[in-house]
Amino acid sequence: MLRVDKVRKAFQGFQAVADANLTVPSGMVTAVIGPNGAGKSTLFNLITGHLQSDSGQILFQEENIAGLPPHAITRKGIGRSFQLINIFQRLTVFENIKAALIAREGKTMNFFLPARRLFNDEVWDILGEFGLADFAERSASLMSYGDQKVLEIAIALATKPKLLLLDEPTAGMSPEETRKIVQLIKRLSCDQGLTILLTEHDMELVFDVAQRIMVLHQGRTIAEGLPEDVRRDAGVRSAYLGEAI
Amino acid sequence: MSCSYSTVRAEKRVQKRSLVLRLALIGLVLFFLILPSFLSPYALYLMATIFTTALLATSLNLVLGYGGLMHLHHAVFYGVGAYAVAILMTKTALPFWAAAIIAPFAAALVALLIGWFSVRLRGLYFGMLTLALGQLVWAIVYRWNALTGGDDGIHAIPVPEVLTSLNASYYLTLIVLVLSLLVLFAIVKSPFGLILTAARDNIPRTGSIGVNVKRHQLAAFVIAGFFAGIAGVLFIVIDRSVAPSLLYWNKSAEVLIMCLMGGMGTFLGPSLGAALLVLLSMVVGVYTEYWLLVLGLILLVLVLFLPQGILGFVSGKLKSASRKEVD
Repeated sequence: MLRVDKVRKAFQGFQAVADANLTVPSGMVTAVIGPNGAGKSTLFNLITGHLQSDSGQILFQEENIAGLPPHAITRKGIGRSFQLINIFQRLTVFENIKAALIAREGKTMNFFLPARRLFNDEVWDILGEFGLADFAERSASLMSYGDQKVLEIAIALATKPKLLLLDEPTAGMSPEETRKIVQLIKRLSCDQGLTILLTEHDMELVFDVAQRIMVLHQGRTIAEGLPEDVRRDAGVRSAYLGEAI
Repeated sequence: MSCSYSTVRAEKRVQKRSLVLRLALIGLVLFFLILPSFLSPYALYLMATIFTTALLATSLNLVLGYGGLMHLHHAVFYGVGAYAVAILMTKTALPFWAAAIIAPFAAALVALLIGWFSVRLRGLYFGMLTLALGQLVWAIVYRWNALTGGDDGIHAIPVPEVLTSLNASYYLTLIVLVLSLLVLFAIVKSPFGLILTAARDNIPRTGSIGVNVKRHQLAAFVIAGFFAGIAGVLFIVIDRSVAPSLLYWNKSAEVLIMCLMGGMGTFLGPSLGAALLVLLSMVVGVYTEYWLLVLGLILLVLVLFLPQGILGFVSGKLKSASRKEVD
């Protein structure tokens, strides 16, 4: 579904992504792992258009999307969550989801229809599905960190993506909250067949949910394939300096 | 959904509050309708000025409060609206009504030009560019003697006979204000309005739900310019003259302070701020020439003690009071 081919990105002489290659097959959970500073978030920002690559190709459903602005990439069917919480802080939880639905349905330039009449049933459905219905009328910034993170994923999913990118979905979460996210990822993948690409620090989680893994080290792809192959790869072991993975 | 009950109650409470609010506003408009019979000519003029300024401030707040854009030079569009009428009335044979309809579109066109460049930047840089481009428009108006009358402006602009009485200009400004506010309120509550506030909260996230943020900000900017242009037309009806000071940057600062004072987070806050500031400037003007000094002090007090503005403060209190009631 997604193919990243020899993508490079430098920031003022620092080569953040030197040679990234990645294949995300349809219907699978693919994980990008690597030590801190390996370029994982940069790669995500390149795929979603928040950064422009210096060279290389990013093919989504056989179409090169490198260079498109974020909103155009979302409209092609790539949804994402961010590593740091990125929600609409001052809107209510309800409005957070509603904004995503309005965007998905292309009604953002509608000036006179009252927004409160639109998509209410679907918003309630989504909030219910994610266990956020209790907070509907609350300002999003007043929820707990874990719930905000869930809301962020809910916003991304409300745009009905074909491919969902999750940038460290469990960063800063309690074990309990992490478990919820893992269940959510499995449900989305198994029950709904959604294609997911994620980055994650938690190796246990990665080997639990991922069906394919790509290892990024100093901006380069050093391994890519099935989890058990990656686990055995000598280059990967030395990149992690003998850390158990 | 363990808490659906309280959500329903919260909704009823909000409905009840908005009903009370609606009745109060209708009452206020009715009050304004009968008010002229009790007012002196000067007070009538003052009220019409307040109505006009309230429209100007509310139009700015669409961009400032709802869009979160630091727009520093909104008076430009007010001035362009007023000058468009003035020039069309003195240099062409067009009737007043035609000039009055063209003027807001002229203001919107200038807003499109300034906005086109400005929305490419964010935060203070956006603000500085609106300021710079706005002052450019001012400079053109100030220097282009043949068209604009330069420093002197244009005076004795003919308006139709029916609008010459103070009563007529009072009612016209009131009706146009009410209609404009209704339209602006609909826009704020529309899908477009929700997306605009979403972009105020978080630009990258808004992009990532598939919204072209710059395009929506530009649209808001043009709409705001259009309504500022309408306010400019009303100014002509009241004052029948224009001068470059109308679109000088300190006029924009005043409008900005009106929004701050009344509350940028509320729809009617800027109107309240406009009323207070217009009244205050009249009162202060009697005693001293140093109006800007007083304005500076007001700004200081607002920023330190009432950052959410008067109406923002009041509605915050009301909300927390009604929440306590339920808990």
